[in-house]
Amino acid sequence: MKELFVAAENEIADGGRKVVATGGVEIGVFRSDGNYYAWRNECPHQGGPVCQGVMTRKVEERLDGERKSSGIHYAADGHRNIVCPWHGYEFDMKTGRHVGHAATRLRGYQVKVRDGAVYVVLPA
Amino acid sequence: MTEDPKILPLINDRTDSRDILARASSQAAKHGLDDYFIVDVDSHIGDGAAWPEILKLLENDVLRDDSIFYSAAARGAFLNDTPGLQWQSVGGRVPHGAGLKEPVDDKSAPREVTLSRRAIDALGLDCQVFFPNALLFLGMHPVREIEVELSTAYNRWIVERVLPHEPRMKAMVYLPFNTPEAAERTVKRFLGKPGVVGFVVTSTRYQPVHANEYMRLYAMLEEAGVPLAFHAHHNWQNEYTKQLNRFISMHAISFVLSNLVHLTNWVINGLPERFPKLKVIWIESGLAWVPFIMQRLDHEFLMRTSEAPLLKRLPSQYMREMFFTMQPMEATNLKLLEGTFEAINAETQLLYASDWPHWDFDVPARLFDLPFLNERSRRNILGYNAARVFNLDVPAKYRKPEQVAAE
Ligand code: FES
Repeated sequence: MKELFVAAENEIADGGRKVVATGGVEIGVFRSDGNYYAWRNECPHQGGPVCQGVMTRKVEERLDGERKSSGIHYAADGHRNIVCPWHGYEFDMKTGRHVGHAATRLRGYQVKVRDGAVYVVLPA
Repeated sequence: MTEDPKILPLINDRTDSRDILARASSQAAKHGLDDYFIVDVDSHIGDGAAWPEILKLLENDVLRDDSIFYSAAARGAFLNDTPGLQWQSVGGRVPHGAGLKEPVDDKSAPREVTLSRRAIDALGLDCQVFFPNALLFLGMHPVREIEVELSTAYNRWIVERVLPHEPRMKAMVYLPFNTPEAAERTVKRFLGKPGVVGFVVTSTRYQPVHANEYMRLYAMLEEAGVPLAFHAHHNWQNEYTKQLNRFISMHAISFVLSNLVHLTNWVINGLPERFPKLKVIWIESGLAWVPFIMQRLDHEFLMRTSEAPLLKRLPSQYMREMFFTMQPMEATNLKLLEGTFEAINAETQLLYASDWPHWDFDVPARLFDLPFLNERSRRNILGYNAARVFNLDVPAKYRKPEQVAAE
């Protein structure tokens, strides 16, 4: 196991991220509701820079009581997805799973916050 | 505290394509793509910014004067595509999907040359065939003469102003196919010009490709030994696709529909028998449609042979002699893809194409993710097949005994 320094704790604002190349890997560390999530910057599709893309709100289609569509809208919860900029694969920032196909997922890392600094843990 | 790590930039619509494609460059290094001859058969480095300059090359004096008043106000004067129907960037999720907007400082060459060089270097290519991005919908122009005028100006721009700067850039010249005589004139005028490797029909149009008016054109291309390509595009404005409410649906179907129609006419009317040496390429419809139409036509041909009397073999057997570009390669079911490679004889007929910078582009590394593909096929698909189709010289460094194209 190897711990890699990514950022000072106050460097990543809530809702923000930092994407780094360190120790031979590229990793994006995202902060949401005070928690950190770290994903490898390599999309399971064609290997694109998934952590460097836009963060976007989840989109849903609403149906009324008769199952008629009232169109496409942003979900109310304000949750953000990570979108790979190469072709648009969209992943849940917290679970790393593709929003339309859960089996397609990002590779994640454990994050440790210690002495005011954020580290990711690389498996040995 | 530990040393600061290198920060990778966020990617937006103005990001330099070398940064967008940095991971493709890492893939190229990982797979040793330096050692592979790679031809990108289909790229669409933006041409919108050059439109006013292209209009200056209009040969009709009245139209050229008219364009001055248009182009001062807007790019794309005289073009017939619908700016409001473009969702390529998926709501901004794929920033480059709406075209590269990155800064280019080098004024010694057109912007397109710089952008192409960036892609060639980042993707590990040896050459890249440039397509008339702005003209992809021109076959639907209501005025036939304007198709001729605009495409002539465009072809001149590519041949006279772009290609001379960069020998690694090649071009397929646009045929104003709605006017067969003008298409013939285009071949005569541009055939053999440096960097011109073939001629393209944009598939979004309502012209039956077997019409007798085209036979002289096909004979000229066959005789010259240069390929004829059909390049798909979307069309949200026909009666079928008008029923589709989402870009995904329209795009999925219409990029295939146009080539399905043209290929069916091509085969059933016996054009491969009439022009057996003419090299035909089907571009940007992906691959999943090919085994479908092979089986469908074979199935019906055996029952209705009298309706296709020029054919001496099954439709699919003619199709196995055509060329297909792989992008956008559908790969969610590798078994189906493997069957497709076998059905189309991919080892000798499939051509790598990136379609960069469009939202569904393919990197060369995709060919290293296919467990069923052997090294010889991979090399053929990446470049040697294209060298054969386009009569390209393969540089000496790639001419190792184990790396020759399958004939
Ligand atoms: S590489 Fe990420 S969406 Fe294609």
